[in-house]
Amino acid sequence: MTYMSNVNDKPLIEIRDLHFKRGEQVIFDGVDIDIPRGKITAIMGPSGTGKTTLLRLIGGQLRPDAGTILVDGQEVAALSTRELYQLRKRMGMLFQSGALLTDINVYENVAFPLREHTELSESMIRSLVLVKLEAVGLRGARHLMPSELSGGMARRVALARAIALDPMMILYDEPFTGQDPISMGVLLELIHTLNNALGLTSIVVSHDVKETITISDHIYLLSNGKVIAHGSPDELEKSPSDWAQQFLQGLADGPVPFHYAANDYAEDLLVTMGKHMKGGAV
Amino acid sequence: MFHSRTVEIWVGLFVAIGFAALFMLAMQVSNLSTVTGDDGYEVTARFENISGLKVRSAVTMAGVKIGKVSDINFDPQTFEAVVSLRIDSRYNEIPTDTSASIFTAGLLGEKYIGLEAGGEEELLLAGDELELTQSSLILEQLIGQFLFSKAADGDDE
Amino acid sequence: MSEKKHSPLTPLLDWLQQLGRFCLGFFERLGRGHLLLFHIVSGIPGLAFKWRLVVFQLYSVGVLSLLIIVVSGLFVGMVLGLQGYNTLVDFGAEESLGTFVALTLVRELGPVVSALLFAGRAGSSLTAEIGLMKATEQLSGMEMMAVNPVKRILAPRFLAGVLSLPLLAAIFSAIGVMGGYFVGVDLLGVDDGAYWSQMQAKVDLHDDIYNGVIKSIVFGIVVTWIAVFEGYDCTPTSEGVSRATTRTVVHASLAVLGLDFVLTALMFGEG
Repeated sequence: MTYMSNVNDKPLIEIRDLHFKRGEQVIFDGVDIDIPRGKITAIMGPSGTGKTTLLRLIGGQLRPDAGTILVDGQEVAALSTRELYQLRKRMGMLFQSGALLTDINVYENVAFPLREHTELSESMIRSLVLVKLEAVGLRGARHLMPSELSGGMARRVALARAIALDPMMILYDEPFTGQDPISMGVLLELIHTLNNALGLTSIVVSHDVKETITISDHIYLLSNGKVIAHGSPDELEKSPSDWAQQFLQGLADGPVPFHYAANDYAEDLLVTMGKHMKGGAV
Repeated sequence: MFHSRTVEIWVGLFVAIGFAALFMLAMQVSNLSTVTGDDGYEVTARFENISGLKVRSAVTMAGVKIGKVSDINFDPQTFEAVVSLRIDSRYNEIPTDTSASIFTAGLLGEKYIGLEAGGEEELLLAGDELELTQSSLILEQLIGQFLFSKAADGDDE
Repeated sequence: MSEKKHSPLTPLLDWLQQLGRFCLGFFERLGRGHLLLFHIVSGIPGLAFKWRLVVFQLYSVGVLSLLIIVVSGLFVGMVLGLQGYNTLVDFGAEESLGTFVALTLVRELGPVVSALLFAGRAGSSLTAEIGLMKATEQLSGMEMMAVNPVKRILAPRFLAGVLSLPLLAAIFSAIGVMGGYFVGVDLLGVDDGAYWSQMQAKVDLHDDIYNGVIKSIVFGIVVTWIAVFEGYDCTPTSEGVSRATTRTVVHASLAVLGLDFVLTALMFGEG
């Protein structure tokens, strides 16, 4: 594949032949993904393709049914609880809702991982928290409670918290959903600058195509448990796949049908009418 | 972590009140203050009939509670009830010829053992047996005797 | 499928399947509950370095339940005084009112009623809080920050509940005895000395008070365990949280009443 030329060393995350089922529903059916170091990789696909599930698999909260997930050379599913927790300290995850702790204020939320995992003095914690909050532009909001924040601000606080322990990578779960254009712009800018300034590896899971394309170095398109297409934004735009074109351009009909699988429409209606007739006859 | 001082004061108050309540239950409500635990000495007494006496029933002397019944057994040789009395160690100067009777508090009340001091100089020691005992009065027997004597009186006339 | 429907045994098989599914589900939940309890208990020693967390939970679980416990204790004691007097006075035994009130409270009503109130007041709020934390991904987020939510969130709440209930039950009983005193002695004219002395003669420290405290410790463990488990195990939606909260109150109350019978039979059965 063409993108191989961009990769100078081993990818940070290597996913090979991933299978995962939730109940009877197949979520992943043989997926291979490489996440290169120091880049922003976007994983896109329609709602319900298990993008969030993928992040949880990477974070070790779920176990794959088959296949391997290597994060920095370690196989996530084979780690002991202690090793997994060590690995998670090096991962930041930004949840869709922010997932801030609602009973403590912004400052304490950002200080939380520092207090839990380090023995730093109170003044050290204070300076670190203020640095992280300054990076997301919310140093002035440190006394607010999570309930007093707007959705975009909550995500920025969560981002400050995610980078509190200086992780090697950040997983973003639908960071742009339900944001107004201004906070969307702020978040885009933040993801971009943080990635470059801190040398992070970022994985952005999203279905906001236009926004995500502007910041990502590499894109994977997922659908029905398979990788449909992948490559740099430019490569994807020239992709011959009908499906990729439909998704990227947001067309209503295409390989993904507008209608959910159903019986023939006319037949369906006739059945209803038949029932009415019977009911009338009785 | 707001108002942590207020919260801590409240929790301190809560724990203090809780322990005060436990202390009150132990001291004011229970018998801890009247009979202290298991110290004391045990003597036995034999009764022909103890009907209604129970373990933990009171042992009194001149109306003052000085101990409690700690055990009740049946002696299959003599067909008597053997009652163990645990007497508080404060009351250790009781003569050996003290008599024990089973009384009823009120007409329908609890049974208890009343001790009546004798005149001996020797004092009761742990494991001694009270020789003089009087059994429980049984209401049905009393009424039966009363009716019987009434009937007998009637015949005489 | 269509072939199966023709068999006359089908309803029976369906019924058996439902029974089987119900039992499997029940034991699965039971197993998850016990595993969770094990994890919580194994997290308790670690709280020695985080007393602050337990103190905050003692506040929200214990201190905030204080008002309802004090008020209910007072009224239950007063009712016992009134009803006990009316019954006892017919036998001329109103002097035993103190015994009656104290034994009823210390052995039964203190532990049981405070456990029921505790399940309604603190248990439901624990379930709702933990359930909402789950629904808003706070627990998940904590896991991803390499913080174990069982140890960080559940263990302090569990410990605080287990510590609070015996204290609340003792407060309930003590206030109740005073409520009975108020009605019996101050209003109905029972002799002041008789009230206390009869009480002290009959209430035994070991048999009555210790056993009452043991009961309330057991109830504390069971109620808090159910509350914490329901919250942690709930479906993370608003409907799931509300169902879990209801289940906490119902299951915890039933467990308290059922266990009370077992404990009473074990403790006071012979006497």
